[in-house]
Amino acid sequence: MTTKKKLVVIGAGMASGRLLETLLEAAPDAYDITLFGAEPRGNYNRIMLSPVLAGDKAYEDIVTHDAAWYAGKGIACRFGEAVTRIDRDAKTVTSAGGETPYDKLVIATGSAPFIIPVAGRDLPGVRAFRDLDDVEAMIEAAGQPGARAVVIGGGLLGLEAAAALRSRGMEVVVLHLMGHLMERQLDPAAGHLLRKELEGRGITVHTQAQTKAILGNESVEAVLLDDGTVYPADLVVMAVGIRPETRLAVDAGLEVERGILIDDQALTSDPDILAVGECVEHQRVCYGLVAPLYTMASVAAKTLLGETAAFRPLETATQLKVTGVNLYSAGDFADAEDREEIVLRDAASGIYKRLVLKENRIVGAVLYGEAADGPWFFDHIRNRTDISEMRETLIFGQSFQGGAPLDPMAAVAALPDEAEICGCNGVCKGRIVGAIREKGLTTLDEVRAHTKASASCGTCTGLVEQVMQATLGDAFTPQAVTPMCGCTPLGHDEVRRLIRAKELKSIPAVMQELEWRSSGGCAKCRPALNYYLVCDWPDEYADDYQSRFINERVHANIQKDGTYSVVPRMWGGMTSAKELRAIADVVDKFDIPAVKVTGGQRIDMLGIRKEDLPAVWEDLGKAGFVSGHAYAKGLRTVKTCVGSDWCRFGTQDSTGLGIAIEKFMWGSWTPAKVKMAVSGCPRNCAEATCKDVGVICVDSGFEIHFAGAAGLDIKGTEVLGHVATAEEALRHIAALVQMYREQGHYLERIYKWAKRIGLDEIRRQIMDDAGRRAAYYERFVFSQQFAQVDPWSERVSGKDKHEFNPLAILELEAAQ
Amino acid sequence: MTAMTAEWIEIGRLEDIPRAGARVVKTPAGCIAVFRTEDDRVYALNDRCPHKGGPLSQGIVHGTSVTCPLHNWVFDLASGVAQGADEGQVATYPVTVRDGVLLIAGARLPAAEE
Repeated sequence: MTTKKKLVVIGAGMASGRLLETLLEAAPDAYDITLFGAEPRGNYNRIMLSPVLAGDKAYEDIVTHDAAWYAGKGIACRFGEAVTRIDRDAKTVTSAGGETPYDKLVIATGSAPFIIPVAGRDLPGVRAFRDLDDVEAMIEAAGQPGARAVVIGGGLLGLEAAAALRSRGMEVVVLHLMGHLMERQLDPAAGHLLRKELEGRGITVHTQAQTKAILGNESVEAVLLDDGTVYPADLVVMAVGIRPETRLAVDAGLEVERGILIDDQALTSDPDILAVGECVEHQRVCYGLVAPLYTMASVAAKTLLGETAAFRPLETATQLKVTGVNLYSAGDFADAEDREEIVLRDAASGIYKRLVLKENRIVGAVLYGEAADGPWFFDHIRNRTDISEMRETLIFGQSFQGGAPLDPMAAVAALPDEAEICGCNGVCKGRIVGAIREKGLTTLDEVRAHTKASASCGTCTGLVEQVMQATLGDAFTPQAVTPMCGCTPLGHDEVRRLIRAKELKSIPAVMQELEWRSSGGCAKCRPALNYYLVCDWPDEYADDYQSRFINERVHANIQKDGTYSVVPRMWGGMTSAKELRAIADVVDKFDIPAVKVTGGQRIDMLGIRKEDLPAVWEDLGKAGFVSGHAYAKGLRTVKTCVGSDWCRFGTQDSTGLGIAIEKFMWGSWTPAKVKMAVSGCPRNCAEATCKDVGVICVDSGFEIHFAGAAGLDIKGTEVLGHVATAEEALRHIAALVQMYREQGHYLERIYKWAKRIGLDEIRRQIMDDAGRRAAYYERFVFSQQFAQVDPWSERVSGKDKHEFNPLAILELEAAQ
Repeated sequence: MTAMTAEWIEIGRLEDIPRAGARVVKTPAGCIAVFRTEDDRVYALNDRCPHKGGPLSQGIVHGTSVTCPLHNWVFDLASGVAQGADEGQVATYPVTVRDGVLLIAGARLPAAEE
């Protein structure tokens, strides 16, 4: 009888368990096997630790291979005994129990949780979420009444921990470095839905959270963020990622990069040593999900038996194991070209589905809210199914295939009378049809007024219109709403109304809740939405610079050759020798090719290289200049004449009022640019009667004008009204601009807005209704406290540095 | 500065480019715009709109398209082809991310005009 070869396995985790199972099934007697495990217990299904933490499962439920199983297979188990050294020459491993010889060795040391290197990380109460000990410690912490947990990491593991701890009654905060949760598996829209769900359960989610330190004396007390936020905590769970556990392999001189390098046969750089699981790196990829690791383990088992097998990386699917959250993400979203997408959103049911296609094949899928079709899509991803035949209906999933395409009108006509159309107001089809017939309603507004259908959130507007169409036939003419852009059928008014009604506070939230047809919007809707959100939620909304046009993103005006022009603010058009000298110096120092006086009484420096902008601003800033916002859909200039200070005809201090208006209103974002002027007498040297807002000073006070234009269209202003004091003029103008800010469509100048709303209505609200005027004014003042930050000095201090420097400069090598 | 010889040339890290944004790589033959989409795909295109030479790196990135900042031409980032009624195409270059490092295919870069 030949002696059996000796196999030593280091690590008793899931990959090792699968390897042994496969090996023993195929050839029970091929090897004498010794198994080392650092944890003092057998193999359990680590990915089911979340349900154990949540209390949905017990430890016993998730054990896959206990000591008895291993013993039954004749495996010598050395649990709780760590291997400290591999001697490749002697072919032995060293542990507390001495040296164990091997013919073949498998390293399956797994990974260690990554602990972010901040002060306080060693305090008692800071845990990883990796093994049963961690889970037991967390369960104990959650048992204290009123205990608070901070989970660092908004990925799969972190969120499962957060949800489980919350279900155990803890106050839970999730800190996530990136802009949205689970950014590796989800796009922003699905991230938004997930966040909403978790917040609905009472979990606080803080994205873009950079942890600065963990605070505490004896044990953890709080977590401090870079932005100064402090979250009190009795338990801190680090779930920011894992790093392959490679120390043994490194010491043994095996080739290791991020993980232990293996080839397709799971062999390391030593032909007698294999490695499997989270400790390995295969073709530059480290794996953390179980499916590919199981495949890898089976390949390793075959290699040990001398069979040919090759590990091929597979697309992986992810499912969040949080009760009540339906989320599925599969396939590859990164690093490929020629892709298309199909998006389905149903805001009322909180559903979001996105398929990424390449050459008529699905390569990635994100499903939220309704994930039952996940495995079906995943099948198509893996099988590389050509989906061109079912492309039109693909997104509706498996059950839909084979049926005739639905005619939406027929579907609505077929609905029973008691079918609910408007969920917000509980209006059924019968009520709408009844109201239309009894009261002779023909417009959507009438139906809204009489039935309240679609009068709240508005997402059922399309459905209500279909009911009207089915009831009225040709007598129904749908509202001629011009959609904002190709991404939505909704018009600007509707979008603005819904942003407020549904309290939508981010672009992904708007796109999801209003059922945008594209996943990321377009160059038309993104800047518009960004403005609407800045305007409506000045204190809460984080301005999305990537949704701004380049001029507003870099605070200068792009020119035809890609250079920029810079216009510093000169309040009311006044300047001084010191300012002019500073401008002259900047022009010389940066070799600025052109300097021009603008129509708005400013000085424009043209032809500045983008890289030079921060340095130009720094020099201008030293002379007291701030940005003139000559690039902004916002307050541009207030042009003035010299007024009663100098002019023999001047009736009031027009210069002073112009400066006061400009100092009060600069920095405010508006739907389109706003240019103003103040003239000191009706001779109107400041040309106030062709501006968006103008003031003509007269002996008895101030005549406020608005809705002028002197561009594509030429139009004299309309009179808003007369006020007695400069203070009143300022308040009326601020209220008027706020009304425009709240109602204007993006890129709609004041004169077009006024035409749409009606001059009388504007006069009524601003001149006659003191309460309304005061409310507009208050909202303007509130928003200004967030808007009046000089963008130039921010950038001189280093903000958005990436905007102004090239990513890299490549040079040809001399030899070429 | 990096010499342009290697097959894949390191040009920075993925996080150096904002999501739905772009940065410029300067080469002797002109600028290349490197884009990062909202879902972390990367693309490299010649930084010159075929219409009037606008710097595409300065445009708004939406989905896998960019809108030129000068006259709103829209280009598909993967193919470089102008969308809608406009006709034109921008050169594209292979670019990839490995372990968070951005790499551009050196051999495919345009040669400098001597």
